[in-house]
Amino acid sequence: MHELSLSTAILDTTLRHAEGRRVKSVQMRIGAMRQVVPESLEFYFGIVTRDTDAAGAVLEVEYLPARLRCLGCGEEWEPELPMFRCPSCLRAEIETLSGTEFEIESIVVEEEEAGCIAPK
Amino acid sequence: MHRTKVKVAEDALDANTTIANANRGDFDRAGVSVVNFMSAPGAGKTTLLERVLAELDVRAGVLEGDVQGSADADRISALHLPVVQLNTDAGFGGECHLDANMVRSALGDLPLGELDLLVIENVGNLVCPAEFRVGEDARVMVSAVTEGEDKPLKYPLMFRTCELVLINKIDLLEHLEFDLDRFLYNLDAVHPGVERMLVSARTGEGTEAFRAWLEGVAKRAPAAA
Repeated sequence: MHELSLSTAILDTTLRHAEGRRVKSVQMRIGAMRQVVPESLEFYFGIVTRDTDAAGAVLEVEYLPARLRCLGCGEEWEPELPMFRCPSCLRAEIETLSGTEFEIESIVVEEEEAGCIAPK
Repeated sequence: MHRTKVKVAEDALDANTTIANANRGDFDRAGVSVVNFMSAPGAGKTTLLERVLAELDVRAGVLEGDVQGSADADRISALHLPVVQLNTDAGFGGECHLDANMVRSALGDLPLGELDLLVIENVGNLVCPAEFRVGEDARVMVSAVTEGEDKPLKYPLMFRTCELVLINKIDLLEHLEFDLDRFLYNLDAVHPGVERMLVSARTGEGTEAFRAWLEGVAKRAPAAA
């Protein structure tokens, strides 16, 4: 259900970087811990981009697994369930290596050919 | 026409974070500590606030976030505290959370200079509010025992992002099949060791500890410049 508000945030950032050019696609990295439903995000992105410079733009998302590391014994694992305790030594002091990303890496925009080409 | 790839390398929520930081700057300058108070609808946020805010020994104000209406703000204003109602229904079908910009738009209506503590009661929702920082010092969530033991596992983002979890409606425990140990086990799986309090907004049981906790948060803020 948060995909609508997330789509709006993606659109705002995209349009700011597009600076008035038409957006053809958006490349993102989203971690598993953001609990984003891919189909839902795609659906809402299609709706919020209507009548904007990003209308029809394709959302290309690389989904990353959650990866945790125990600060005690150094064990690294990808949790299946939301369990934030080391499976090896049961410590709770852990760090998140990946899984919280919600990053726009790049966008592809279309621009007019320049009237003249500057000499090298 | 040709296509160009533009490097962005930015969190899509950065725009919200920037405004949240501006809010935070204003709160710090005014010497106000801010609590973002979150839960599912009907978990008892407003009733808990009615319980604890009246007798607080610091100066508190409330920002009420709801999709529609001023029912909650009306209840809080009966305590003779400064309260501002924010409605989110101007958004796309009614936003299901407060974001930093909405909170910013309400700051002018709050007497920040006269407050030690501002409680922002977020829209009832366990998903979106966890994504959007609004400039708070602390995040508190309420989980009522009527919601079931599995909630931490279903909404880990919300449960992990809070520094205090209030387990409300414990006066109903004898009527429910709610397994408190199971809930605490799930809570510790998602957010090991997070501070938790068992409370009943209805009877007042356990709310004294929450009141003391809020007073402690209010004293975290730097003195107003």
